[in-house]
Amino acid sequence: MIEIKNLHKSYKMGSNSLHVLKGINFSVKEGELVAIMGSSGSGKSTLLNILGMLDELDEGSYDLDGVEIKNLNETKAANYRNKFLGFVFQSFNLINYKNAMENVALPLYYQKVARKERQEKALKYLEQVGLKEWADHLPSELSGGQKQRVAIARAMAAEPKVLLADEPTGALDSKTSYEVMDLIQKINDQGNTILIVTHEPDIADMCKRIVHLKDGVIIEDKKVEQVRAAQYVQ
Amino acid sequence: MFNKDRWKEILEVLTTNWFRTVLTAFGVFWGILILIILLSAGKGFQNGIMVDFGDIATNTMFMWTQTTTKEYQGLPKGRRYNFKVEDVAAIKDQVPNLRFVSPRNQLGGFGGNNNVVRGIRAGAFNVYGDYPEYIKQDPMTITSGRFLNYNDINEKRKIAIIGEGVKRELYEEGEEVLGSYIKIQGVSFMVLGTYKKNSNNGDGEEGQKEVFVPFTAFSQAFNRGNDVGWMAITAQDGNSITSLKEKVMDVVKANRRIHPEDDRAVGHFDLYEEFGRIQSLFGAITFIGYFVGILVLLSGIIGVSNIMLIVVKERTKEIGIRRALGEGPWSIKGQILMESVFLTIISGMAGISFGALFIYGVNALLDSVGPVDMFLNPSVSLSVVVSALVILMISGLLAGFIPANSAIKVKPIDALRTE
Repeated sequence: MIEIKNLHKSYKMGSNSLHVLKGINFSVKEGELVAIMGSSGSGKSTLLNILGMLDELDEGSYDLDGVEIKNLNETKAANYRNKFLGFVFQSFNLINYKNAMENVALPLYYQKVARKERQEKALKYLEQVGLKEWADHLPSELSGGQKQRVAIARAMAAEPKVLLADEPTGALDSKTSYEVMDLIQKINDQGNTILIVTHEPDIADMCKRIVHLKDGVIIEDKKVEQVRAAQYVQ
Repeated sequence: MFNKDRWKEILEVLTTNWFRTVLTAFGVFWGILILIILLSAGKGFQNGIMVDFGDIATNTMFMWTQTTTKEYQGLPKGRRYNFKVEDVAAIKDQVPNLRFVSPRNQLGGFGGNNNVVRGIRAGAFNVYGDYPEYIKQDPMTITSGRFLNYNDINEKRKIAIIGEGVKRELYEEGEEVLGSYIKIQGVSFMVLGTYKKNSNNGDGEEGQKEVFVPFTAFSQAFNRGNDVGWMAITAQDGNSITSLKEKVMDVVKANRRIHPEDDRAVGHFDLYEEFGRIQSLFGAITFIGYFVGILVLLSGIIGVSNIMLIVVKERTKEIGIRRALGEGPWSIKGQILMESVFLTIISGMAGISFGALFIYGVNALLDSVGPVDMFLNPSVSLSVVVSALVILMISGLLAGFIPANSAIKVKPIDALRTE
């Protein structure tokens, strides 16, 4: 599904250049649930941004589902993001003047799906994350866990090939974190490919594979026995 | 473009900060209001001046004699002379493209003695000896009877066409006018018609107090011989009298033995030139109206642009999220542009409506206090309103252009990081 070869990325900071990713080789198959771990400054967010086409790579190649991601203009990048990727952010990033259903329907709107169909789909995904009754609530009326579940529903609404989650539990307490991870695991059980950036070992243990980044290189890439989050959730 | 969600979003954005939106809209509202008021005031001024011209054929000049200022062919300078009837025929003959050449003679005048008498009533009126064409140069409405015709000229009939003002002074209410006689300087004329001139300013009163008699009868009755007091000359449509008047005067100078370069010997008033001058004055006033109005509007537009920049800045993160979810840059640009155009047009419409209300009020006021000199019926035409809307549309686009570009200039990744 994802194929990365010899990926380099550096940022210019004035006259200095900061080499963040130094030759990453990495691939993800369909249906995997991968945790990308590393301390801050290890380059894990940069990697995720490049995977999410929010940032451009300097060197190397990136194939997503057989399509080479290279030299995209903004229109094309937006189109690919919309079709291929779903994003979940640490700070939820819901649009605060739209209610839960409208937030979930947003990616479908950009796909020019008809209004009626959009709402039906949005409700379907809200039901999956258990928030159907909250469909017409604004984000400010939802708890942190609920917001993240809406964000996950939104990411899933466009039926992306890969779900990218940047510290999805970073702003949540551990109980809610497990609830969110339970949801992510269930989505993964349905065959969806998911990448999670995290620095919490217990969250990483709930994935099927852990990739350790340090100073811009992969120092460890191992398959793990998945810990089911469901056991922590009553 | 016209889907419900987009409009909902536009209203959402514009209504989150009501006070700010209203203040911003006020700039545009004010600009368009000033534009409308300036243009309508210019139009009112124009209407006021134009009504003074009445219905007079504007492609007309009036020509009269003055004293010569150069010696010529043994004749001294300072000589008085008169136009003769032959001059009229010569002008018609030698100058092409003239429509009417009307010789005129005149009795009485401003503040003169009583010169028209009927029974025990008398009045001081302007009495003119005229040709039948004159009614086409200074249009008047015949309210009863008829105007002069060529039989009157040829047979030197002593008949008169009098103004409604003359009728009021010389006749009782309801008295039969046609067929009655009036005495002009002791000579009896039969009244065969009454007229009314279309003019509603101060000069109108004077215009209704005139008496027209056949030119030939006038000359005979008042001992003018072959003399012609002055002439009213109208050019054919498509030729300006201004371009023909030199030729006309050359003919007169040759006939009256005046030095060809003696420009002061023949007096004239060129209505067309005067009219053109006034036309270009109104052109200038309209231009100033547009110029000032658009400059004021421009500051309103800058206000809109400014606010849109702030709105974009405030929504940087939201725009980042939307782009991460896959909204194309053109869609975002379009949204900002639509917000700006929408805001501009709504406030502009309010300005136009308010301006219309203002004009309506001024008109109502003018109606109630009676006519004001040189100002009448201020108004703006539909074409002005349409062009104002076009200006608004364009300026809305301009106002949104920079903010829209700045909205997509930020990389989505940076936009997401802003708090």
